[in-house]
Amino acid sequence: MFNFRKALLASVLLLTGATAAWAQADKYPGLGRQATAKEVAKWDIDVRPDFKGLPAGSGSVAKGQDVWEAKCAHCHGIFGESNEVFSPLVGGTTADDVKNGRVANLSRTDYPGRTTLMKVATVSTLWDYINRAMPWTNPKTLTTDEVYSVVAYLLSLANVVPEDFTLSDANIAEVQKRMPNRNGMTTQHAMWPGNEFKGASKPDTRNVVCMKDCATEPKLASLLPDFARNAHGNLLEQNRMVGQQRGADTSKPEGQVAQAATAPAAPKAESSSASKDAIALLNKHACIACHGVDKKIVGPGFNEVAKKHAGKADYLLGKIRSGGVGVWGQVPMPAQTLPEADAKKIADWIASGASK
Amino acid sequence: MTPDHPASSGRVKKAPENFLSREGIKQVWAESKSGRRDFIRNAFAAAAAGAAVPLATAQGNPVPAEGGDPNILNLPEHATGLGLGVAQDDGYGKPSKYERNVQRRQSPGLTQTTQASVSFAPLQSLFGIVTPSGLHFERHHQGWWDIDPSKHRFMINGMVKKPMVFTMDEIMRLPAVSRFHFIECGANTAVDWGNVAVPTVQYTHGMVSCSEFTGVPLITLLELAGADLKNGKFVLAEGGDGSAMTRTIPMSLILSGEVLVAYGQNGEMLRPENGYPLRLIVPGIQGVSWVKWLRRVEVGDQPYAAKDEAIHYIDLMPDGKHRQYSGIQECKSVVTTPSGGQVLLDKGFYNITGLAWSGKGKIKRVDVSVDGGRNWRAARLETPVLSKALTRFNLDWVWDGKPAIIQSRAQDDTGFVQPTYQQLRAVRGTRSIYHNNAIQSWLVQENGEVKNVQLS
Repeated sequence: MFNFRKALLASVLLLTGATAAWAQADKYPGLGRQATAKEVAKWDIDVRPDFKGLPAGSGSVAKGQDVWEAKCAHCHGIFGESNEVFSPLVGGTTADDVKNGRVANLSRTDYPGRTTLMKVATVSTLWDYINRAMPWTNPKTLTTDEVYSVVAYLLSLANVVPEDFTLSDANIAEVQKRMPNRNGMTTQHAMWPGNEFKGASKPDTRNVVCMKDCATEPKLASLLPDFARNAHGNLLEQNRMVGQQRGADTSKPEGQVAQAATAPAAPKAESSSASKDAIALLNKHACIACHGVDKKIVGPGFNEVAKKHAGKADYLLGKIRSGGVGVWGQVPMPAQTLPEADAKKIADWIASGASK
Repeated sequence: MTPDHPASSGRVKKAPENFLSREGIKQVWAESKSGRRDFIRNAFAAAAAGAAVPLATAQGNPVPAEGGDPNILNLPEHATGLGLGVAQDDGYGKPSKYERNVQRRQSPGLTQTTQASVSFAPLQSLFGIVTPSGLHFERHHQGWWDIDPSKHRFMINGMVKKPMVFTMDEIMRLPAVSRFHFIECGANTAVDWGNVAVPTVQYTHGMVSCSEFTGVPLITLLELAGADLKNGKFVLAEGGDGSAMTRTIPMSLILSGEVLVAYGQNGEMLRPENGYPLRLIVPGIQGVSWVKWLRRVEVGDQPYAAKDEAIHYIDLMPDGKHRQYSGIQECKSVVTTPSGGQVLLDKGFYNITGLAWSGKGKIKRVDVSVDGGRNWRAARLETPVLSKALTRFNLDWVWDGKPAIIQSRAQDDTGFVQPTYQQLRAVRGTRSIYHNNAIQSWLVQENGEVKNVQLS
C-alpha cells in the first residue's frame, strides 16, 4: 500500500517535470516557429554510421570515374593519389586490411603518411562529407547518384569493391563490412567530456608538482636548426617594437642582434589599389584555390603566368574564359564563368606583372 | 598528413636529434644531475657558437652629454601642436601604426591553400587574457564568409517534439549570458610533437584565443523545441558555410548549461572569420566543435562520425588505433615572454609572463622554472581566474646574463598537472598530431636571443 502510494507520487512528479520542460515553449512567447517539412528536408542532410539519413540511390564505379575526372581529379589526382593540394585519399591499404578491418601500416612508425582510406572506419563518413562539402569550390552540387558513384570509384581504387561494382543504399551496409580500417577506432580514453562512450576516466599522464631538485628530463632532444632560422620570415618584424623584448633579426646570422633590435619598424609598402582589387577578385572567384599569387598550387602561380605572358591581356582573358591544358602541365583548367569585367581586371593585373 | 590539416607540415625540416654533440649532451646531463647551476651555460656554448656578442641594448637609457634626454629636452610636435579629431578611421578605431608587427600569421608551408588553413594569434605580444577579435586565431575548412544576419536561420530538428527555426532577431531576444572562455584548436602545438619545428610561440601555441562570448545556452533552445533530453544523448552541430562543418556534441555537456549559441564576442558581434552571425561555444572542447556560421542542431541517439571526427581530429596511438571523439583540451600553459624568436634587451629585471588554461575547469597554480625543470617557483595568477578561460601568470626574474631554460607547468582544479614531453610520448607516441599539452621549453642564450628547444 505504502509502496503503491510512493510510486504514484513519483509518477505524478515525473509528469509535472516533463510538462515543466515543455512549458518552456510558453516561457518565451513569440520566439521561434515550427520548421516546415520542406525546410527540414533541405537542411537535414547528415548520414550517420547506421545509415540513418542516407537517401535512396545508386552509382557505378564507371560513372564515378567520369564524375571524378571532371570535378575531383584536378585537386585529388586521377587516382586520388595527389598531394598537390590536399593529402592523398587513396593508398596504403591492402587486401589483408579489407579482411581484418585494421590497416597494418598505421602501426608502422616508418610509414610516410596516412591517406583518408587508411584512417576512415565508416563508409557513411565518405558519403556524408562528399555530399555536403564537395567539390571544394562548388559544394552541395553533386546529385545523390553522383555521390554514390564517386564513393564507389574511391572504394574501387582501394580494392574495397570491384571495378564493375554499383554502390547503392541497398548494399552499402555490406560494403561497410569491407572497410579496411573499420576496427581501427577506439573511444576508450578520457578525452570525451561525458560518459556516453563509457571511456576511461583517468587521464593519460600523472605529473606531480615538484618544486626543488626535481628530476629533469633525461635527453636534450632538439633545437631549430640554423637553416630554418628565417623560414618563418624575419622575427624582428613579428614582435612589438617596444617592451621588455624585441624580435630577433633572423634576416641576419645570429649574433647581429644588438643593432637590429634598435632599428625602427620598417613600414611595408602599401599594395597598389589595382593589385588589391585584383587579388580580392581572385579570392571572390576562388582562383586562388588553384593558383597562388606567388607560387604554384595545382596551376601555375600568377607570378609565373605574368612572366610568360607579360603584356598579353587579351590572350589571358581568352584563357580565363575558355580554360586550357598543356601550357603549364597536364592538369586541365576548366573554363571560368566569372563576369567579363572581373575577368578583364584580373587579366590586366596579370599582364602588368601580377604584383602583390 | 591530413589533407587540409595544419599538422601536415611536410615542409618543415626536422631538427637533427644530435644537433648538440654527443659529448656535449653527456657533459650537460652529468652536470645537471650533480646540480650545477651553470650546466646550461656549458651545454649551449656549442650550439650558440658565434652568438656570444654583446647583449642587445635596444633602449638603454643613459644620460647624454648635453645633460638630458632630447626626448625630454626638445618638446615634440605632439606636445606643441593640435591633435586629431574624434571618430577617425570611418568610425572604427585601429591600433597605433607602431603596432603593425602585431599580426596573426600563417605558418609557411603548412597548407597549400588559404581557405583550408590556419592563421596563428601573436601570443608573444598580447597582455591579460582577452584576445583582440582581429587577432583571434583563424581556422577555416572551406573559406570564410560575411553572412547577412537578416537572412541567417537557426534550425533544431531530430528527437524533438517540434522542429523549429529561429531568426537572429529571435535568438537575440532570448535571455543572454556572457562568459569568458578559451578556444584552442585540437592541433595546437601539433608540429612540435616529434621535435622542434617552428621558432616562436605564435607558431607553437597560437591556435588558442580567449574572448568574452555572449549568447543563449543551447539547452534553452532545445527545451523550447521539446528535445528528448534523456534518449537524445548526442547533438549534431552543423555550419552554414560550404564545408557545412559537422561535429557531435555530448548532451551531458549541453545539460550543464555551458554550451552556448553565441553572437557576441568581446562586446561586439562575432567577427566574420569567427562565425558571424552565430557560432557554437563548447567550453573546454577543441575549436573544431565550436561550429561557425551555425545553421542547425539535430538531437540524436548515436554519434555521427562526421569527417572531422572520423578522418581528421582523431589521435593515432602507438598501437595503430585512432582515438575517436577525443575533444577535451587538457591543462596546458606556455611562457609568452621570454619566448622563441625574442631578444632580451639587457641583463637585469624581467617580468616572466604567460598563459595557462584547462578544458576541465579553473587553473589552480602555475610554476615556472628557469633551469630546465630542476627548480620551480610559484607564479602569480592574475585575476580573473575563470573556468575554461585563459589565465595570465607573472613571475619576477632577474636575468644574470647566463643561459637559462624557461618552462611553465600548470595544474587545474581537478589536480591534473601539465605533463612533460617524456610523459606524454610514453603513452601517445609522437604521431597523434592532436592534443599536445606538454611543457614548453625556451632557451635564453647569453646573447639574449631566445630559442625553441625540447627536452625529453
